Amino acid sequence: MAAATSIHSFIACSNLEAFFRMKRARQKAVVENEAPQTSQKIKKKRTGFQGARFGEASLPGSGWGSLPHHVILRIFQFLPLVDRARASSVCRRWNETFHVPELWRRFEFELSQPATSYLKSTHPDLIQQIIKRHADHLQYVSFKVDSSTESAEAACDILSQLVNCSIKTLGLISTAKPSFMNVSKAHFASALTVVFVNSKSLSSIKIDDTPVDDPSLKVLVANNSDTLKLLKMSSCPYVSPAGILCVADQCHGLKELALNYYILSDELLLALSSEKHVDLEHLRIDVVSENPGQVEFHTIKKQSWDALVKHSPKVNIVMYFFLYEEEFDAFFREETPVTHLYFGRAVSKAMLGRIGMNCPRLIELVVCANGLQPLDDELMQIAERCKNLTAMGLGECEVTCRGFIEFVKMCGGRLTQLSIMEEVLIPDNDYNLDQLHSEVSKHLGRMWFPDMMPTW
Amino acid sequence: PFMTSVMNIGALRWHFLLQSLENLQKNLLQLGSCLLVIQGEYESVLRDHVKKWNITQVTLDAEVEPFYKEMEAKIRSLGEELGFKVLSLISHSLYDAQRILDLNGGTPPLTYKRFLHVLSLLGDPEVPVRNLAAEDFQRCRPPDLCLAEHYRVPLPVDLKIPTESLSPWKGGETEGLQRLEQHLMNQGWVASFTKPRTIPNSLLPSTTGLSPYFSLGCLSVRTFFYRLSNIYAQSKHHSLPPVSLQGQLLWREFFYTVASATPNFTKMVGNPICLQINWYEDAERLHRWKTAQTGFPWIDAIMTQLRQEGWIHHLARHAAACFLTRGDLWISWEEGMKVFEEMLLDADYSINAGNWMWLSASAFFHQYRRIFCPVRFGKRTDPQGHYIRKYLPILKKFPSKYIYEPWTASEEEQKEAGCIIGQDYPFPMVNHKEVSDHNLLLMKQVREEQYR
Repeated sequence: MAAATSIHSFIACSNLEAFFRMKRARQKAVVENEAPQTSQKIKKKRTGFQGARFGEASLPGSGWGSLPHHVILRIFQFLPLVDRARASSVCRRWNETFHVPELWRRFEFELSQPATSYLKSTHPDLIQQIIKRHADHLQYVSFKVDSSTESAEAACDILSQLVNCSIKTLGLISTAKPSFMNVSKAHFASALTVVFVNSKSLSSIKIDDTPVDDPSLKVLVANNSDTLKLLKMSSCPYVSPAGILCVADQCHGLKELALNYYILSDELLLALSSEKHVDLEHLRIDVVSENPGQVEFHTIKKQSWDALVKHSPKVNIVMYFFLYEEEFDAFFREETPVTHLYFGRAVSKAMLGRIGMNCPRLIELVVCANGLQPLDDELMQIAERCKNLTAMGLGECEVTCRGFIEFVKMCGGRLTQLSIMEEVLIPDNDYNLDQLHSEVSKHLGRMWFPDMMPTW
Repeated sequence: PFMTSVMNIGALRWHFLLQSLENLQKNLLQLGSCLLVIQGEYESVLRDHVKKWNITQVTLDAEVEPFYKEMEAKIRSLGEELGFKVLSLISHSLYDAQRILDLNGGTPPLTYKRFLHVLSLLGDPEVPVRNLAAEDFQRCRPPDLCLAEHYRVPLPVDLKIPTESLSPWKGGETEGLQRLEQHLMNQGWVASFTKPRTIPNSLLPSTTGLSPYFSLGCLSVRTFFYRLSNIYAQSKHHSLPPVSLQGQLLWREFFYTVASATPNFTKMVGNPICLQINWYEDAERLHRWKTAQTGFPWIDAIMTQLRQEGWIHHLARHAAACFLTRGDLWISWEEGMKVFEEMLLDADYSINAGNWMWLSASAFFHQYRRIFCPVRFGKRTDPQGHYIRKYLPILKKFPSKYIYEPWTASEEEQKEAGCIIGQDYPFPMVNHKEVSDHNLLLMKQVREEQYR
């Protein structure tokens, strides 16, 4: 698509040159008629200025300027914004087309401070134009901000002005530090609620790493409960379990939800499983120590999980763990229907054993680090009991070659993604690395290699 | 000299280079020839000397890096103008990168395995040429032997650098060849190349390391390649593929190949293979990393060795690079690359940039999930902390259980070790767990947007 865009823009631009000259010449011709005393001089000037084109397209209303609107629109849809903007200053018709609502449904505001950011920023004039002329057309909006507070505040200012709009999708994305967290809660809440109140048909909201709070969620629910399908709010420290419960209770169309473990409750899971609720498709839970020194985590009852799975049998339950090894105690003591598990830091052998025992729905497992003891037994158990496992990634761990091959043999071709660092594998009496590569490839039914790091 | 305009060369590398030139001079004298070093901008040097010395041929290594490619083109046109022949040959790398590109459909292989596959189609590289003998110089006389004094190898004082280099690495072909023999004789080399598990000693200045000699042209990569091949042919471990022995050379080749065909290879912006990531600009934090004041002994010891000696083990490079970029500080790999360029003896346009992109997960299909913990990784490699004690003597009295994280020791224990954290040695500059968690998710986000 990128190539096509540039070719199209090249054609548009090179012909624009000719067209622009032609248009200016026509204007000059008009002036000439009105000021006969200088006509001789201007005529002379004009012939020097022209190319052959002028002679061909001398009738107003023919040529590029008179293409039907829908054709120009189609062409514009291939152009990047910057080229479209240039094209819009060519003639009135093109200018009109530039401003049709269809071209302004989707916009991503990129806000960064030039002094500290590598990436470019949306031009303030353009932002002004959009707010003035296109706020009502916007439907799919996102804000990408860098790590400076000014950028986040600028995003909030724009949000506050989106009053007459019917936004369907809203995304607030921090590309580096969570700069929205530095905006005052009050400022953020008032900006966000402008959109919540006015849009009335919000279907997808991504507000991770923001200071959104319970009252704001209440406003969201009060205005959009029929349309809300997706809500991502990981790492939003001002939301309480009650706040999110309110969303689950009222928004029965909710299909995707992302939050932190501390606001997950039995009541929430039950609310998501109520009869009125549609099937939940995707639930993502980040498990992080919210307070320094926090070691205890509340447990979720097995019945609550069971209710959810009974209600939504195909639901993906994704859990990201960023805990110290000793903090895992509350987890996986009983059967847990998690499907995708990521351990961002170290996880103990014992925990991996528990996972093998209690996660029958497991599809994907990623372990960043473990320790210096081989994980052969734990992997074997996972192969045996997690029959749905199709993807696995092992980082800083230890596994013997034999153990790994046994694991792969048991899983067979269902492992579509298998990634392990070469240095993790311990050659043993039975297999070395080269043999491992061919054995594993055999069992997987495709060419497979461990991940390598360059020898610098 | 032109090199300074392209690469940032630190004092240690100058010393190494000067030593190498001295060595070359000595070796040439023994064969009845000599080395004349002319300082200045290459174009004007050629213009001045072609007539003066009746130069009929200029020879150079064919290079992939853009600056050198341009230089070669300019020299060729000068050759046409001033009437001398230009001969350029592939010697800095094993293969002609263009042939690799051609066999891969015009683009460079972006995974190592694919690269090896293409090489297998090419066959072995050309054998190294035979050694020079005095006879070879019969037809090639220097213009006037008494010029030798005027065009001698510069001394450190001429280049305004300190007179002594404290680095244990000495430049020159002679030294390089000795190391090569040592390297091949070393009993443990088979193990160390099939399984890159570090043993604590491998972090210390390597007596068998060869990378600076390849980088500055003191040793021929093809010579090394064939010596390794011979050993493989004779060894009993026939189950090991030669690839694992020549890994160091082939990785080098891999990066040369990608660099030769990628515009803006040493930058993020405008580099087609590099993820566009919103790294932080933070001069103060960069400075602390560069000057070994991060507060993490493992990282600081690494950066200290780098500054003092100009060489660190490749796993140490991984740790330092990960810490600066996607692991902890989220600072651009370009900054790290510049620091390495200045301080590493074997810094090289293609390899340095390529590795930095790899380790910051900016390119090369890299599984980014493994963030090296600045405490755990060091502990795993060298549990007794010998490396830390050597390069950060202020910490040497800490018992092994604290030496990687001295801030966890009680005030009593710190007093006993004669080092108060926050005073004699800095506090850790980031909370590793917090920042690395956040960075892992950030990287995932970037990946989802830009990759695939």
